[in-house]
Amino acid sequence: MGEITLTIDGQEIIGDEGMTVLDVAKRAGIYIPTLCYHPDLAPYGACRLCIVEIEKMRGLPTSCTTPANNGMVVQTKTPQLQEFRRGVLELMLSEHPHPCLTCWRRERCGPFDICLRNVDVTQRCVLCPKNKICELQDVVDYIGIADVDLPYTSRELPVDRENPFFERDYNLCILCGRCVRMCQEVRGIGAIAFTSRGSESLPGTAFGRPLRDSDCKYCGACVDVCPTGALIERRRKWEGVAEDKVATTCPYCGVGCQLELELKGGRIMEVIPLQDNDVNRGQACVKGRFGITEFVHHPDRLTTPLIKKNGGLEEATWDEALELVASKLSGLKKDEVAVISSAKCTNEDNYVVQKFARTAFGHNSVDHCARL
Amino acid sequence: MTNSIREIGNAACILAIGTNTTEAHPVIALEIKKAVRQGGKLIVANTREIELVQNADIWLRHRPGTDVALLTGMVKVIVDEGLADTAFIEERCENFDDFKESLKAFDLDSVSHITGVPAEKIAEAARTYATNSPASILYAMGITQHSHGTDNVMAIANLAMLTGNIGKPSTGVNPLRGQNNVQGACDLGALPNVYPGYQSVADAAIKEKFEKAWGATLSDKPGLTVTEMFDGAHKGTIKAMYIVGENPPLSEPDANHAIEALTKLDFLVVQDIFMSETAELADVVLPAASFAEKDGTFTNTERRVQRVRQAFEPVGDAKPDWWITCQIARKMGINGFDFESSAEIMTEIASLTPSYGGISYERLEEGGLQWPCPTPEHPGTPILHAQQFSRGKGHFVPLEYKPSVELPDDEYPLLLTTGRSLFHWHSGTMTRRVGGLNDLLGEGWVDISPMDAEKLGIAHGDHVKVSSRRGSVPARANVTEVSDEGVVYMNMHFAESSANVLTNPALDPVAKIPEFKVCAVRVEKNSN
Repeated sequence: MGEITLTIDGQEIIGDEGMTVLDVAKRAGIYIPTLCYHPDLAPYGACRLCIVEIEKMRGLPTSCTTPANNGMVVQTKTPQLQEFRRGVLELMLSEHPHPCLTCWRRERCGPFDICLRNVDVTQRCVLCPKNKICELQDVVDYIGIADVDLPYTSRELPVDRENPFFERDYNLCILCGRCVRMCQEVRGIGAIAFTSRGSESLPGTAFGRPLRDSDCKYCGACVDVCPTGALIERRRKWEGVAEDKVATTCPYCGVGCQLELELKGGRIMEVIPLQDNDVNRGQACVKGRFGITEFVHHPDRLTTPLIKKNGGLEEATWDEALELVASKLSGLKKDEVAVISSAKCTNEDNYVVQKFARTAFGHNSVDHCARL
Repeated sequence: MTNSIREIGNAACILAIGTNTTEAHPVIALEIKKAVRQGGKLIVANTREIELVQNADIWLRHRPGTDVALLTGMVKVIVDEGLADTAFIEERCENFDDFKESLKAFDLDSVSHITGVPAEKIAEAARTYATNSPASILYAMGITQHSHGTDNVMAIANLAMLTGNIGKPSTGVNPLRGQNNVQGACDLGALPNVYPGYQSVADAAIKEKFEKAWGATLSDKPGLTVTEMFDGAHKGTIKAMYIVGENPPLSEPDANHAIEALTKLDFLVVQDIFMSETAELADVVLPAASFAEKDGTFTNTERRVQRVRQAFEPVGDAKPDWWITCQIARKMGINGFDFESSAEIMTEIASLTPSYGGISYERLEEGGLQWPCPTPEHPGTPILHAQQFSRGKGHFVPLEYKPSVELPDDEYPLLLTTGRSLFHWHSGTMTRRVGGLNDLLGEGWVDISPMDAEKLGIAHGDHVKVSSRRGSVPARANVTEVSDEGVVYMNMHFAESSANVLTNPALDPVAKIPEFKVCAVRVEKNSN
């Protein structure tokens, strides 16, 4: 692939042939606001926020759909561009509750402050599950909007809580189409599409039926790409912002998806598939995305050793349990003991178990359920 | 897998046989769909009309258990029509002439008769696979869980070698492993015939190496497999078992037999995160930490070793599995179990396991590594057999078609095959505790074709009883065209509708894998 050189905001930047103007800018760390763009999806050019000025090109092309050419001279943040972007955003915000962006107390409002009620109750920032982790807020902050001239018209839609894992509040939808395209382009399902026309248009299932009756596989990819609070994992909605994150490997099938556990108060709050790897590249399935937290923190978890006494299992200390196991196993003939390890445990666990079976009993009767 | 997950999307042809990928390996299914979107051909061979059939160019609905016939039938077409990669065969393989001779038994008419697939479809699939390069074969337990599972895998290898689809990007023979770390458990020697890294217990030099490293006297005799252990427990030759994180009553074939065996033991120790069906039978239950509560590594289906990281302290008094095993060993006075961390264990693994020789926690911080990774400088191996096969030349194995051990008859007229649902996993100890997953699929269903349902007077949603020679379980009837006439299907996840009460424990003679995918059953409407 050949190299090309562009000048973006006065900087000379090298890109590869086949990249878009946006790709080149992003690689060089130059921020261009986007909402409908997503690295895993085909360029769409819908939100019009990534418009740029390119010398010798007419109009304001969208950088996400414009192929980068050698020698292009690009401006990303002129007053004209910001003015256009502001216009686009204002239209978007006329259908999205936005005091979270324009409230005069925004800067000074802390987590324990009482809302001074200059905002309608139904539009308060504290009601949005994505408040402070919202891409729309980031874009508005970059472009800067003091006030929205157009009146806000609520869509007055009920929140769809019909599926077990996530909520769909299309009052917060900005029609970027990422969820629809993700479901179609990457997941190959197409459970949702844009329905209706004009101002009525919204993502939805065929004939507005419940997700349960659609082809939805509950993979959560739509939730992960939603830039606003329109699609949100239900648990997350009540738990706010994560305190810590840990990258790990999914405990279910053999694909080994890389996941990030978002943590709060010593518990898993949400599980997000990781993007930057060669295995799952931002994707997961229903079990990895939504099926981990509950089993890890389940009240049925075994929390103490148990020993059978009088026909029932009774709680014991580690010392009692380990002594009993060691003495019983030592008391038998070595070939009367068999050891079963686990395909669910780690490599290190398995190594230790087989080493134990082989060194303690001098035979090789150790196996696991690879065949099952 | 000989190749890597990320290569699948660039294949010009994919043959998916014995894998319901969208349900059992959903994220790999995305790569298949990507290949199709980019113009790749997809051949699906499956008795059930699985979701991938919607994306397929060719769907071969062969009868369960007839894979050798189907695959070798395709091989014969490729050889007869001169579509084989003769240069690859010449240079990299051996025994082709004997093999070619053996193909006589696989003329298209016989193969079509055995498999139930029209001859022209088999020929078309063969041509598609042979002429669209690179071509990748994906398979899962639908290939291996048969009394002739090893033959099935060899039939796949024959087909791949014949067309030179080995050792190059987006080709290969790619088994999709079912459990998070089944690859790693095998790699690390939780097998009765090999030490870590598939080093044979029968090899004197290897034995000496481990005896020296571990300071112990070891045996050169292969041990018992899980299924043989249960037979031993039945006969009384095995008196105690230490079971770590397994639930044999649900995962073993002929589950009733497994439960009886466990109750006959003098002493049973079970280490798990939940009170499983197995733990209920134990004399001592040891509480283990979950994956989120310990450090370690898993090795995925493409041989990639990846980190598992502790997110918080284990619940209650639970401990990491390796710690518990070490404590037992130390109490028994066995040396070599003084590990302080999982990283320390990995250091010992790397020192004794050539394929893991270059793997360390420091390196894994940069991302996963695919074995063989023999030295700290080695980048890992995304594609196996690129220059030569592990044994040198690729050996073509002549095969014959062997029918499954138990086929439908008058008494048990339907063929049962089993599998996984998207919403649950294995014996369900984890997923059945997740409310949302149970909400989406909360009980065991048996898929039955509308034709069979009509004959039996069964309507969709009816409570039915499914019986085989080994037992019977209740289930609800899912009347669906996904199931072929004469074939019924059940998931393995539900203790109360345990498919493995029904399945046949007949074993493959080499791999000792039970024949989960074919047994004969009867379905009746439940009067209760």
